[in-house]
Amino acid sequence: MAIARTVLVLAASLALAAPALAQEHEHDTPSPPTNRWSFAGPFGKFDRGQLQRGLKVYREVCQVCHGLKLVAFRTLADPGGPGFSTAQAAAIAAEYQVPGEPDDQGEIKPRPAGPADSFPTPFPNDNAARARYNAVPPDLSVIAKARGFERGFPLWVWDMVIQYQEQGPDYLTALMQGYQDTPPAGVTLPPGNFYNKYYPGHGIAMPPPLTDKRVDYTDGAPMTVEQYAKDISAFLMWTAEPHLEARKRIGFQVFIFLIVLAGLLYFTKKKVWREVEAH
Amino acid sequence: MSGHSTYQPQSAFMKWMERRLPIAGLVYSSFIVYPVPRNLNYWWTFGGILAFMLGVQIITGIVLAMHYTPHVDFAFNSVEQIMRDVNYGWLLRYIHANGASMFFLAAYIHMFRGMYYGSYKEPREVLWILGVIILLLMIMTGFMGYVLPWGQMSFWAATVITNLFSAIPLVGESIVTWLWGGFAVGNPTLNRFYSLHYLLPFVIAGVVVLHIWALHMVGQNNPDGIEPKTEKDTVAFTPYATIKDGFFMVVFCVLFAWFVFYIPNFMGHPDNYIPANPAVTPTHIVPEWYYLPFYAILRAIPNKLFGVIALGASILVLAFLPWLDTSKVRSAKYRPLYRQFFWIFVVVCIGLGWLGSKPPEGAYVLLARLFTVYYFAYFLIILPVLGLVEKTKPLPSSISESVLPSKSGAKA
Repeated sequence: MAIARTVLVLAASLALAAPALAQEHEHDTPSPPTNRWSFAGPFGKFDRGQLQRGLKVYREVCQVCHGLKLVAFRTLADPGGPGFSTAQAAAIAAEYQVPGEPDDQGEIKPRPAGPADSFPTPFPNDNAARARYNAVPPDLSVIAKARGFERGFPLWVWDMVIQYQEQGPDYLTALMQGYQDTPPAGVTLPPGNFYNKYYPGHGIAMPPPLTDKRVDYTDGAPMTVEQYAKDISAFLMWTAEPHLEARKRIGFQVFIFLIVLAGLLYFTKKKVWREVEAH
Repeated sequence: MSGHSTYQPQSAFMKWMERRLPIAGLVYSSFIVYPVPRNLNYWWTFGGILAFMLGVQIITGIVLAMHYTPHVDFAFNSVEQIMRDVNYGWLLRYIHANGASMFFLAAYIHMFRGMYYGSYKEPREVLWILGVIILLLMIMTGFMGYVLPWGQMSFWAATVITNLFSAIPLVGESIVTWLWGGFAVGNPTLNRFYSLHYLLPFVIAGVVVLHIWALHMVGQNNPDGIEPKTEKDTVAFTPYATIKDGFFMVVFCVLFAWFVFYIPNFMGHPDNYIPANPAVTPTHIVPEWYYLPFYAILRAIPNKLFGVIALGASILVLAFLPWLDTSKVRSAKYRPLYRQFFWIFVVVCIGLGWLGSKPPEGAYVLLARLFTVYYFAYFLIILPVLGLVEKTKPLPSSISESVLPSKSGAKA
């Protein structure tokens, strides 16, 4: 194996040297810190209280600019979600106005939303948003899966084993807390942008959305930016993956089944092959 | 090897049937009494796993197609509808999306196994070439499937890959317009990709039938790379191969389920959860992991046309493998030099995959070029020369001799 060993050592050293040589092009964006999420891991479940708080943060802060157009009000009462009753979900829906069906005169008048409607978008179209904010605030329905960050080798391999799938919420939590009033020396931002150390490129059009005590919590949870950030991120993970709990629960059952079946097949195989392997 | 059917119908109905359509006899001779070498190891179970994965993809795909809307305005949301409102839609979609990765993983293992044990050599050239055709069809199918959710990566992957054809001199631009069905990737593109994504798996299934037919003509290769001589060298497909394949298929499903249920988005890219937007280009456009080695080869060549040619050649060269490898000995077990070059080749392929995910700059480009040179040199220089100069180890006289403990007690 002499040739193979020499070549492998050579390839490995080149591979290790390559990132260092290409370093100049890497971003200076720090990796968001990882959090302990109740929904992480094989038995993860959402924290109902956290989802309800997150919804409150969304309704009192985010929804001014961001829609949740894929999320129907009825799903607020679905199992594995924030745990509202059907009546509570309907009551939340009724607080929103959506365009109604054309009446006898062909006029479209707003009507209160029902459980089957989705969270309305705050702007009729992208241009309306751009005219007002000079940017289009993205819809948040699947944002927790649409954002992430590079973990790099060898962490990403390890992530497969430890089931790390929470890049999205970790990034969002960090982003909410990553604002700095004054950018570091030498950094110039486009006009109207804010400095955020976790945002790629650092110049973000969204003003710092959260301040301490901005949203009233009634369940005793701390009313801090950090807690708000975690709650909204958890809520957005639920909107992005509403069947997460069912997926993990069924997954465990599937695993038990597969492992038992594999065991049975293994011993059957051994028995079947025993006579052949003897002679 | 397939021989004549020894199937003896028992019931009157089966006797009646067998004289009209001998399907029971075909199944009996192909999957029951069909002789397989007794020394096959677990690397040989991936053929069965691949057939299973094709079935999984077709079944989940058909159900997904019942709920999916192939239109640029609705595709993204219809996929989300599947994830949210279709009963177990999330399960179907995650099985299908991760199933593609598992399918390719199994296919690559299957191919590396074929290469290690020289399964492509005489008389199995056609069997191997049919496999290369299946790989090519899989690559096309997988690519078009990735476009269907119409996220950012879908859209930009479609743009980048279809644009490769513009490198063809004179007619390139016209071909690209023809592929798109317009002057940019748009609704006609999405529609035809959907149509072809539904069609190609059935073409694959057809070629798989030919692949299995060819296999049953020439019989399976085995870790020793010598043909079975007596009945002692083989065992019946059922129960021996069936139970072994079945066991390992379930083990493979454990890995599959790990991805589907616990890390379903690990193989995907977050950008594909952003609806396609022709006005915004993602910072890094990366293909799915199973295309990364080919993507690295494409980008390693500074000239676009030659890059595309290298990309095509990297797959096409596989079809010539049976004639490029000049060695008479099949199995790497008895080819000490070949074995080393083979493992370097595996590392090079994985390395190319890693480089395909990196931006094409600095040392990455240099490494990608080195690896690309090795990739082609392996087929075009190393294998032809090695067969002529290598001193191979003596082959056992029969399969049973190689697996059974010899009289002296030493295991071969």
